[in-house]
Amino acid sequence: MVDMEKQEYTITLYTENSIGMIGRISTIFSRRKINIESLNTSPSEAEGIHRFTIVIEETEEVVRKLCRQIEKQVEVLKAYYNTNDEVIWQEQALYKVPTSIVTEKAPVERLLRQYGASAVVIRNDYTVFETAGHREEIDALTEALAEYNLIEFVRSARIAIIKDSAGFHKKLKEFEEAEPAEEVMENRYLNKQDKVFTM
Amino acid sequence: MNTLEITKDTTPQESQPSTKISGSQAVLEALLAEGVDTVFGYPGGAIMPIYDALYDYNDRLKHILVRHEQGGIHAAQGYARTSGRVGVVFATSGPGATNLVTGLADAMIDSNPIVCVTGQVFAHLLGTDAFQETDVINITAPITKWNYQVTDACEIPTALAKAFHIARTGRPGPVLIDITKNAQLQLFDYAGYKVCNHIRSYRPKPIVRKEYIEQAAELINGAKQPFVLFGQGVILGRAEAEFRAFIEKAGIPAAATVMGLSALETDHPLHVGMLGMHGNYAPNVLTNECDVLIAIGMRFDDRVTGRLDKYAKQAKIVHLDIDPAEIDKNIKTTVPVWGDCKETLPLLTERVEPRKHTAWLERFRSLEKEEIKEVIEGELNPTTDVMTMGEVIKTLNELTGGDAVIVTDVGQHQMVACRYAKFNRSKSNVTSGGLGTMGFGLPAAIGAWYGTPDRTVVAIIGDGGIQMTIQELGTIMQFGAKVKILILNNEFLGMVRQWQQLFHDRRYSFVNITSPDFVTVAKGYGIHGRSISERNDLKQALSDMIAHDGAYLLEVKVGKENNVFPMVPQGSSVAEIRLK
Repeated sequence: MVDMEKQEYTITLYTENSIGMIGRISTIFSRRKINIESLNTSPSEAEGIHRFTIVIEETEEVVRKLCRQIEKQVEVLKAYYNTNDEVIWQEQALYKVPTSIVTEKAPVERLLRQYGASAVVIRNDYTVFETAGHREEIDALTEALAEYNLIEFVRSARIAIIKDSAGFHKKLKEFEEAEPAEEVMENRYLNKQDKVFTM
Repeated sequence: MNTLEITKDTTPQESQPSTKISGSQAVLEALLAEGVDTVFGYPGGAIMPIYDALYDYNDRLKHILVRHEQGGIHAAQGYARTSGRVGVVFATSGPGATNLVTGLADAMIDSNPIVCVTGQVFAHLLGTDAFQETDVINITAPITKWNYQVTDACEIPTALAKAFHIARTGRPGPVLIDITKNAQLQLFDYAGYKVCNHIRSYRPKPIVRKEYIEQAAELINGAKQPFVLFGQGVILGRAEAEFRAFIEKAGIPAAATVMGLSALETDHPLHVGMLGMHGNYAPNVLTNECDVLIAIGMRFDDRVTGRLDKYAKQAKIVHLDIDPAEIDKNIKTTVPVWGDCKETLPLLTERVEPRKHTAWLERFRSLEKEEIKEVIEGELNPTTDVMTMGEVIKTLNELTGGDAVIVTDVGQHQMVACRYAKFNRSKSNVTSGGLGTMGFGLPAAIGAWYGTPDRTVVAIIGDGGIQMTIQELGTIMQFGAKVKILILNNEFLGMVRQWQQLFHDRRYSFVNITSPDFVTVAKGYGIHGRSISERNDLKQALSDMIAHDGAYLLEVKVGKENNVFPMVPQGSSVAEIRLK
């Protein structure tokens, strides 16, 4: 069964922007000895609402239960989870290399072009490049640059857009109503139990 | 200043000092506005401003000075369980706050509505390792439904309003509000207290889906051998009447979890006993023979299910719960009925056909006979010289008629009490179910009595557990809670000893526990007491204990190496329950 296989999932949370949220969220994973591969927090499309993007490698069942536990947190509005093919995702990376290498070594310039890296800062002693892409692309460039005196490297957490999401504006309005709309408490298994809940 | 002139729509103005109150006063005003009458607490440096304000509220708020903060929170839990209201605790920063941790974890797993107010060091000292500073917010985050640190008095009314709303709604739970000392002292423009009933990110009640109700009703109507499991959710949802109406119309046998026991009177013809590791024989065995299993306000704890891959595999599962995270957590549901059972049960009752599953119910009764023969008879009417825990509970039942509140600690006596105590009404069984906290019993019984002071409250406690929180006898001494303390002394940490006997080759490792002379200890606290070891004295001693106007301690010396049976050994299926 596909459900039973571990794979990468992107969990997207909409939360209140309150102190301690990261702690409350992260203990839900650590309590179950689940490693967070990547975690990003940022504002979201809805004003005053924070967006968490979390990547873990787990089975669908575990991810589903985790999302239910996360939604139990008083300050979490919604938790979504998606497989990699359901999201558009990126990570960003910064590379610091000696400027002399860039000017003197032709392969370095080719590499940077190939990966679409662009210069952020150019100084006499070093140059900082940035690029964005999937994990493997960034890893490949890092590996290649390692041969050319890569001084410093950093990669960001994943950020992801859910392909079939309509954003959170409408949903937030529903949450603000004292009586919630039907969709607020979603059940993706509605009328599908035969398929999902096999005994 | 005894009274505060507070009008709701006062426009804050510097020239009107009468509208200014301190953060501490705002805390107490919030409690009054929420209808709180009793607070369990212990003062200390960082909560002194609140205690100073309390001095002026003595006529409106009863404060019970406990002997340890753990006792305070367990008392608040006991209060919440018997009164159905929010239990309130005060504690100071640092050690005061960390002493709440066990109680918070207990309240979290057993869904008790609790609001804890802790003092905290001055805001400018946060993070400096100040005297009695501890990061209580992060320490308690995983064991609170919500917590919040207040550093500005203006936030106090809102924070407390949210705290009460969150603690008592949906699936209840403990909330902790940590207030820095400067905020307690700070004067601010008070615009009155507004009760909170909506937080946009918080959905305490899932929408009830009619289609699921219909599917559930269809399953139930088609069932030949339906079986209901009920838990504390029925009590927390105040849905006892709705629950009874449902099982009576559908004619379905119903078994209780430890936490749900008193939701249905023990003598009800459809009540078929207790589930779980030391529950009754019939409900455990027949869990694996029913065709539709209807779980109401319970969470399929591992002590109830035993081995999951052999649990009710033949059955279709209908699960009614207010907490969406419980659905499919341990047991895959055929029909999930999300919602407050106060709402969902009547909808279900409407749609189920009146039935009497006489033959099926008879199967429970015939297995019950087997259990009576093999276990219960020997426990309740022993032929041994030494007394059994069961006969103590049986005699207690005879004297109280099932009207008492039974509070237990944790261990063998707890299982025996839950198995044999008779309950006539809801909110009568107070026990630490999920966390299994030894030391819970005595303080919880104190709180339970304040929650319902007109009822007889009997705390049944082992010789181990009583010694964990025995200091709370001091609370009884000072404030007069009329708690009946019934110590069942087997001179062992009995449940661990039982496991060592059965599964560790009788290697009794540190389960032999000595006790003080409990009657003398009680006497030191000004509490009447008696110790008995002869069966002939039992009835009179229990009767004297109940009749005594005030707290009373009765120690009953019972068989040292008695075991609690039946038992589902860990890792076994419920159907493999052992009668001996």
